[in-house]
Amino acid sequence: MSQLPVIFKRELASYFATPLAYVFILIFLVLSGVFTFYLGGFFESGQASLAPFFNFHPWLYLFLVPAIAMRLWAEERKSGTIELLMTLPITRFDAVTGKFLAAWVFAGLALLLTFPMVITVNYLGEPDNGAIITGYIGSWLLAGAYLAIGSCMSALAKNQVIAFILSVSVCFLFIVSGFPMVLDGFSAWAPQWVIDAVASLSFLTRFDAISKGVIDLRDLLYFLTLIAAWLAATAVVIDLKKAD
Amino acid sequence: MIEIKNLTKRFAQHTAVDDLSFSVQAGEVLGFLGPNGAGKSTTMKMLTGFLAPTSGTASILGFDIQKDTLKAQRQIGYLPEGAPCYGDMTVRSFLEFIAEIRGFKGAEKRERVAKAVAQVELEAVLEQSIETLSKGFKRRVGLAQAILHDPKVLILDEPTDGLDPNQKHQVRKLIQSLAYDKIVIISTHILEEVSAVCTRAVVIAHGKLLADGTPLELESRSRYHQAVTLVAEEPLDKDALAALPGVAGVEENALEHSLSILAKPGEVIFAQVNALIAERGWKVRELNVERGRLDEVFRSLTRGEGL
Repeated sequence: MSQLPVIFKRELASYFATPLAYVFILIFLVLSGVFTFYLGGFFESGQASLAPFFNFHPWLYLFLVPAIAMRLWAEERKSGTIELLMTLPITRFDAVTGKFLAAWVFAGLALLLTFPMVITVNYLGEPDNGAIITGYIGSWLLAGAYLAIGSCMSALAKNQVIAFILSVSVCFLFIVSGFPMVLDGFSAWAPQWVIDAVASLSFLTRFDAISKGVIDLRDLLYFLTLIAAWLAATAVVIDLKKAD
Repeated sequence: MIEIKNLTKRFAQHTAVDDLSFSVQAGEVLGFLGPNGAGKSTTMKMLTGFLAPTSGTASILGFDIQKDTLKAQRQIGYLPEGAPCYGDMTVRSFLEFIAEIRGFKGAEKRERVAKAVAQVELEAVLEQSIETLSKGFKRRVGLAQAILHDPKVLILDEPTDGLDPNQKHQVRKLIQSLAYDKIVIISTHILEEVSAVCTRAVVIAHGKLLADGTPLELESRSRYHQAVTLVAEEPLDKDALAALPGVAGVEENALEHSLSILAKPGEVIFAQVNALIAERGWKVRELNVERGRLDEVFRSLTRGEGL
């Protein structure tokens, strides 16, 4: 029998055992409100759409999601509980996936708590609620990709601060890989397919498409593959580094 | 049965465990002895599947720890060094988590937790979070976690480290009460513990096996084995004692008029010494026959001094 649900349950409960969860949710809600109403110009745009809300998510997550992910493995290694966990009869897959899913569900919970946005925009106008739903799905997938990267970085570093900085850096690379400033660096010497490949790695283009209401199977696959790949990397890193 | 064959673990700079082989039968309490850094913990980490050996194999009740990792791990209760536990959980929720991982549900889960809690006397702190507990309680939480599923194999890395004498005594009694149908391996550098609970002692240093035998056998390797220690009220005649048959030598102790008369290997000298005392009419206040000093055996073994 798979022990994944047991791991998942313990990990999720551990978020709420400390003030961390509540602080995180509070900061997330305040910042997403600030971004939407002040920086995003929600009212000034005069449109009944949550685009100003979703547009900032890649940047908001850049700092908030690594903060959830940093403790996933770094804490286990620092406190030595990884030795306990890895000598219990559970598979590497159950441990890595269970912990990741707990963090992902937690991020989803924080995201769901932004529902007053949806109520507001429906009160003010008649938005495309289908686009809002895909926006939420896209945002959650994005958070999952950030978390999977954060999980791997957390396995790599024993120190949570280093894990945080590493995952912010790697996530940043995945955001900007679609930007002209990065692509220009390649266009001078690299063949077109390399540029396309780098550009296609970007979170932003994929996320934009989904949050505008266009769910392309390829975009879904992109996020899910990315998550799976980083989780596989996490498992490998844990095996290499667990005893350090 | 646990079988360890040519187990070796090399790290980048040094060899922690060097071609170690031995086996342990059910009912044995094996004391794993060695100075710090001898490779005790590394061996235990390989036995429990936490570390992969560089070469060699270990099997737990027939399950290879490398190939049948999960099956082997199900047979083992393991207390890692320092008894790490999730500090933010309460004792109850932590033990229930372990019980669920071990596949227990509902009433059986509660029963298992209650039994383990009773065995290590944790009732008073059940609802406290583990990080607020004293070192002794944390250690007992670690023990409860290890014995919860009534494993056939119990591997305890320094189970009494940091406990007060009462708690040490209690843990030793617990280990003895559990041991009759199990394989127990405990690592320690407290030698009295070996005489107290172990049926067999294995001494390693620098990752190599140095000695393997019952605590009595180890003690008999001491030069103090069968030695007679005297405390008298007047000066004793050292030369006369040294000349007795079977005597290897005479040592003066720190106490005034106190001598230790060492026996040659395999000799019993008590009778001769006693006869001499009677003949000379010495007033002897104390007279002890020593079984041997384990700490001295340990020192001479691990420092590479010949016995």
